[in-house]
Amino acid sequence: MAASTGKSFAGRFGAHIAVLVFVVIWTIPTLGILVSSLRDKDQIVASGWWNSFASSSQSEAGRLPAASAQTQKDGKYVIEGNIFGDGPKRDISAFGVKSSAPTQYKAGTVAELNDGATLQMNADGTFVLSSAKAFEGDRGQRVYYASSAPPKFTTDNYDAVLFSEGIGRSFMNSLTVTIPATIIPILIAAFAAYALAWMRFPGRALLIAVIIGLLVVPLQMSLIPLLKLYNGVGTFFGVPSKTYLGIWLAHTGFGLPFAIYLLRSYIAGLPREIMESARIDGASDFEIFVKIVLPLSFPVLASFAIFQFLWVWNDLLVAMVFLGTAPDQIVLTAKLNALLGSRGGNWEILTTSAFITIIVPLIVFFSLQRYFVRGLLAGSVKGG
Amino acid sequence: MATQIFSAIFVIIIGVGGCVAYFWGANKLLDLVFPSRGVSGAAAVDNLRRQGLVRPWLFVGPAMIILTIYLIYPVIETLRLSFLDRGGENFVGLANYEWALGDHDFRNSILNNVLWLAVVPAACTFLGLIIAVLTDKIWWGTIAKSLIFLPLAISFVGASVIWKFIYEYRGEGQVQIGLLNAIIQYFGGQPQVWISLPFWNNFFLMIILVWIQTGFAMVILSSALRGIPEETLEAAVIDGANPFQIFWKIMVPQIWGTIAVVWTTITILVLKVFDIVLTMTNGQWNSQVLANLMFDWMFRGGGDFGRGATIAIIIMIAVIPIMVWNIRQANKETGGH
Repeated sequence: MAASTGKSFAGRFGAHIAVLVFVVIWTIPTLGILVSSLRDKDQIVASGWWNSFASSSQSEAGRLPAASAQTQKDGKYVIEGNIFGDGPKRDISAFGVKSSAPTQYKAGTVAELNDGATLQMNADGTFVLSSAKAFEGDRGQRVYYASSAPPKFTTDNYDAVLFSEGIGRSFMNSLTVTIPATIIPILIAAFAAYALAWMRFPGRALLIAVIIGLLVVPLQMSLIPLLKLYNGVGTFFGVPSKTYLGIWLAHTGFGLPFAIYLLRSYIAGLPREIMESARIDGASDFEIFVKIVLPLSFPVLASFAIFQFLWVWNDLLVAMVFLGTAPDQIVLTAKLNALLGSRGGNWEILTTSAFITIIVPLIVFFSLQRYFVRGLLAGSVKGG
Repeated sequence: MATQIFSAIFVIIIGVGGCVAYFWGANKLLDLVFPSRGVSGAAAVDNLRRQGLVRPWLFVGPAMIILTIYLIYPVIETLRLSFLDRGGENFVGLANYEWALGDHDFRNSILNNVLWLAVVPAACTFLGLIIAVLTDKIWWGTIAKSLIFLPLAISFVGASVIWKFIYEYRGEGQVQIGLLNAIIQYFGGQPQVWISLPFWNNFFLMIILVWIQTGFAMVILSSALRGIPEETLEAAVIDGANPFQIFWKIMVPQIWGTIAVVWTTITILVLKVFDIVLTMTNGQWNSQVLANLMFDWMFRGGGDFGRGATIAIIIMIAVIPIMVWNIRQANKETGGH
């Protein structure tokens, strides 16, 4: 029967596999920067992060000591030592003396050099260079070798990024921007939403329509006039035009239409009887709002708070326009963008910084996912 | 650091406290000016009526003022600025719009935006729908959904770094540390500089947004799928429909409205996409989009507000149909209420 294919073993199995593929594709990118941020910075460029649990091998070049280090042994001139010197030891798998063939000889074997000299290099880095003739010159023999290092995980990158790259400071700046920019719109929107839902006054319907219209106005429409306005206000009062107060109000303005829309549709759905019995008991609108509506609206307030928090924390555009780029104002997203320009190839810095910027949203997201999803559903199924 | 923490806490208290103080204080003041308690009956009724006239405005007042300053005034002002010169002083008529039509970057941005609009909402909705259907069938679906949903919490800049690492390019024959090139090289292909490949680089940027937004589409559509009455599915099974028929002929038509909402929501987002292009290519290699071009003109060479405003207006024009549709829908809802 055709109908049973959906419930057949093969069908079920297919669904598991398909979902697994999606999950892997969606998770791997984030996993990549998490793993990389914990790796030693030399290993990040030496091998892909997916190899991070295996030893990483890399090609290196070094120079043997100059002729002045030679000693005479059995009638031969010999230079001995360890290629790693006093530095960290690695395992050498192969070596060579020409850049075109850097791994010509296996470790432990003897290589014949041009002028009758021989070079033996062992896996632990010790070498013996010997020749019948005396070595000359003050530059030693160039050697190439492939070495492998055991996997190494470290939190050094986090130390470096937090304290010397300025990410720690930016983290504080982001919090300074985000917390008030989340709370202020909630307060303002909650009062407005209550008035729009339960109070009668002229122009109410028009106001609701305007707010729904404003829901989709692109942020880009506001940027230039507000930039001019802020600059004007700054010059007029002789104050800086890029301030935390300025960006709080900007985020409040941009978040308000959605906040009012979301809260109004929830508050309008609260049971009328509760409001009316409170009113009969002599409660004013203010009392009803504070004592009844606010506590009952907790779920929707939480939903909006998470939205606004994530949006403000993740915002780059508003921060770049309304805040400065000095260390005392630059937020995480802007800092990360700046690092992409200045430290483009330093993946240990970039992956670690990126992970620090996404860690807070991830925690908020995982701990409050229920409210987040609820807000998402309420916000988009009805409006958009 | 410590001083900043303290000053941050201080300003937070001032900002939030100021808000609370306004609502509480304004309300108290109203009660004092028009007392309803402790006065004679007629006066109390009169004062209550007056309170009822004033109080709504105390409640919506702050919201109206902020919305006016931050959204309504700027919309009008941007429209005006688009007819003015770079400093916003002299009237230049339609010169900015004429410039836009002839400008290479602008044409390129329009083209790319159209490409983004054609691909991203469709890809997100389609993938989201498929994942929603599949995860509903399996016992670990909730966990799977959480993981696919997760990128939605990540900033566009963070996501750009994540994907830039995947697209990372090293010369041929070297160890590839970017996942994509490593896979290509493993199968014997040529590693590529993905984000500078003409035309195709747009798609590599779009993948980032699809990666972020699919979770959104999935959650909304998943909840809509649950709302489908069981009977319709059972009836289809009894009539001998196969899973594909059930999906296309029974499920999809019933959640058509939700699909439209998801589609339009992502469409608006795509029109505003900025961070991804800025951080990945900054519009180089013909990957420019309108929002990034506008940002560019706001600050390039001291800023050209006329041209910047013109680009903003173009974005706005694309949004207006959705806006009108939204207001109509909402009116219908409240009309029946």
